[in-house]
Amino acid sequence: MAETERHDYDVVVVGAGGAGLRAAIEARERGMRTAVLCKSLFGKAHTVMAEGGIAAAMGNVNAGDDWRVHFRDTMRGGKFLNNWRMAELHALEAPQRVWELETYGALFDRTPDGRVSQRNFGGHEYPRLAHVGDRTGLELIRTLQQRIVSLQQRDHAEHGDYEAGLRVFAEFTVTDLLREGDRMAGVVGYWRESGRFAVLRAPAVVLATGGIGKSFKVTSNSWEYTGDGHALALRAGARLINMEFVQFHPTGMVWPPSVKGILVTESVRGDGGVLRDAHGRRFMFDYVPEVFKESYADSPEEADRWYTDPDRNRRPPELLPRDEVARAINNEVKEGRGSPHGGVYLDVASRLSTEEILRRLPSMHHQFKELADVDITAQSMEVGPTCHYVMGGVEVDPDSAASAVPGLFAAGEVAGGMHGSNRLGGNSLSDLLVFGRRAGIGAAEYVVGLVRRPEVSAGEVDEAVHTALEPFDAAGVRGGENPYALHAELQQVMNRLVGIIRDGGEMCSALEQLTEIRQRAVRMTVPEGNRQFNPGWHLALDVRNMLLVSECVAAAALRRTESRGGHTREDHPRMDPNWRNRLLSCVLRGGELELSEQPQEPMRPDLMRLFSREELEKYFTAEELGVLGEPSRKR
Amino acid sequence: MTATVGNVEPLRGRNGAMGQRVRLRVWRGSGDEGELRDYEVEAEEGEVVLDLLHRLQATHCPDLAVRWNCKAGKCGSCSAEVNGRPRLTCMTRMSLFDPEETVTVTPMRTFPVIKDLVCDVSYNYVKAREVPGFTPPAGVEPGQYRMWQRDVERSQEFRKCIECFLCQDTCHVIRDHEENKEAFSGPRFLMRVAELEMHPLDDYDGDRAEEARGEHGLGLCNITKCCTEVCPEHIRITDNALIPLKERLADRRYDPIPWLFRRRG
Repeated sequence: MAETERHDYDVVVVGAGGAGLRAAIEARERGMRTAVLCKSLFGKAHTVMAEGGIAAAMGNVNAGDDWRVHFRDTMRGGKFLNNWRMAELHALEAPQRVWELETYGALFDRTPDGRVSQRNFGGHEYPRLAHVGDRTGLELIRTLQQRIVSLQQRDHAEHGDYEAGLRVFAEFTVTDLLREGDRMAGVVGYWRESGRFAVLRAPAVVLATGGIGKSFKVTSNSWEYTGDGHALALRAGARLINMEFVQFHPTGMVWPPSVKGILVTESVRGDGGVLRDAHGRRFMFDYVPEVFKESYADSPEEADRWYTDPDRNRRPPELLPRDEVARAINNEVKEGRGSPHGGVYLDVASRLSTEEILRRLPSMHHQFKELADVDITAQSMEVGPTCHYVMGGVEVDPDSAASAVPGLFAAGEVAGGMHGSNRLGGNSLSDLLVFGRRAGIGAAEYVVGLVRRPEVSAGEVDEAVHTALEPFDAAGVRGGENPYALHAELQQVMNRLVGIIRDGGEMCSALEQLTEIRQRAVRMTVPEGNRQFNPGWHLALDVRNMLLVSECVAAAALRRTESRGGHTREDHPRMDPNWRNRLLSCVLRGGELELSEQPQEPMRPDLMRLFSREELEKYFTAEELGVLGEPSRKR
Repeated sequence: MTATVGNVEPLRGRNGAMGQRVRLRVWRGSGDEGELRDYEVEAEEGEVVLDLLHRLQATHCPDLAVRWNCKAGKCGSCSAEVNGRPRLTCMTRMSLFDPEETVTVTPMRTFPVIKDLVCDVSYNYVKAREVPGFTPPAGVEPGQYRMWQRDVERSQEFRKCIECFLCQDTCHVIRDHEENKEAFSGPRFLMRVAELEMHPLDDYDGDRAEEARGEHGLGLCNITKCCTEVCPEHIRITDNALIPLKERLADRRYDPIPWLFRRRG
């Protein structure tokens, strides 16, 4: 297309949340001409929603913490399905990434001796989350945003142009990745404001687009979470793994209806809050699974002593990993012990003083006061599970974040593997920083090593633009489908049939319904308006991505006949060691989804030895344990 | 689309029975061209203005342009003026208004309109670039930063800012005087200067307070506190950021010595 705006970069980062901004900073600091593309305004990414903190084994509050303990907790949380190399790098590098934020100007809450304070969180053995009250995500995004501005100021001083080396494309949506042969050549997308298309030519593209939560009706995710990066990667020939694992955060708001799904931070429990049924009973003691019995208290007395004496008492079961707590709440409600609006009670009012609550949980206090007329310093919150995070994503090389497509990288929620079958709270922000940086390095090194830069083909651009404009062509055609209505149907199907508790028959039905919606989606139209800032059109394009990604989730969930982490099968309730080392992966061939099994790379023996044999026996097959030698070995 | 005002069912109860109809008047148009249009839309219990704008999109006007992200008061995207008052539409509950009332939603007045409720807020990003960033202290390694909670709290209050730009929207220095935009950075970015000025470890070698006056127009602020009143994060912008900046300047004018020996850290 002759009129299409064109730009040239070394590295294009798609997504401007924590992972995208960190990748862009790294690429720029390594001399790359870098562009960051965000669907929203600069600084509004979903990362701002993260509340609790950044997990990093700095050992500031409990000196017993180190990367090995963090690694162990992460693997346990993910039920040992994690890519162990990613979990290792993550645990090793997270502290440096937090300290680095301080050099960018971040102001974390402090310990009495002036260091970064750390709080308790589900699944973490020690207080580990660096935080700023309950608005840590905002601090992270603002700090990275301001670092980018600092780098632009440096370029301005040198070249007289703020955007000489690093430019932010705000409110810009990528519709397709461009390739030369099988390698990356750039991206094509449109300015939301004008609807005009632009091509960014670049040999390296980093996907940092976040998750897929908007495919579900009850979700803590914002409108941006439409699985764009997952879908772009599939269409460009990359592989998605672990798509069956979707995290339902145990505590979302349940009332009033308009706020259903909005997140209630895990810090409420980390700081002492407890879950109660309709009769006021603290029910989590009934739900400690066998694999965690050794580390969690079996009475309220012991659990309460843990807050002041963690060395001689076991942890409260409210701090089990999220998948366990979400299933427990689901069960309480199902068995008729729920609250009036279909949740359970989260009580912090009887546990902490008003002053403490206001200091530690100011956003939660504000949120409940403004949106639900509930004063959390005096009343319990009503909470229930909400779709929160997808563990699955683009399969990447752990060290470089490179996907199977040369020049295509992925970091953060859009990448798969790091969290296994279930992510621990706090491990997301650290993941963004550790692997955002690594993707920036990976992309920069890839570009430096290139002999020839790839060309963008005009035909491919024309086709991408044509496809994106189809909803306008269909306007006025009889039987046109409304994107808002289709989106609502899709969300219902996923929530009802591929939600927190799954069943083979229901998922077969979900796949049929998704196919039917996909057929109708071809006829999606933009009923009104032109290309200028038209949300109806934007949604039509987003729905295309959500459908593709939802199909991956449903297909993989149907295939995995066991229950593990964020995948619970009513018809296969047990965890099966023979499934632990098998990953399900999705590719697109000829427009059709292809699901296959692939083996997980065996864990390095030195990492295996960080666990007791007894613990490993709960997850691994006897054959896999053979590498450890004699059965008597302890950690 | 029902662009009518008449024939509205009687409404029941302030805090809302389910499925009542409410009247919205929304600014529609692009650039300088546009008009207020009336709509009737279903409202459910506990809903906020943004819920109704979304329902309008889904049922009446699919191309209604609205910015939003988190719908939980954390991202600062959905700023607009509700009955003339700058607000986050996601935190403005319908129960605030009389059920008989027509609720009017218009774009922020201080910024040029792109379409419907979406404004061109690039002014803010231009001003953000003009505030020199944090300068890390020389010789202090990452991991060795030591700061006390009571010292970081001052700047932490300002870092609660979600950049909704409602303070910029309401500030009469630029709301009614387009010509001041060149010289005045607005409360949000004067507060950013204050935040860095109060950062315990900022090693910037310029004079931030003086720059607030010279580069960012601090003198134009006559502390009417409108910014503080509209801040959804309840940051005391005037009392805790702007006035202390003005005081630092005033002190220095009496006595140049502290100006030369400013305490750091």
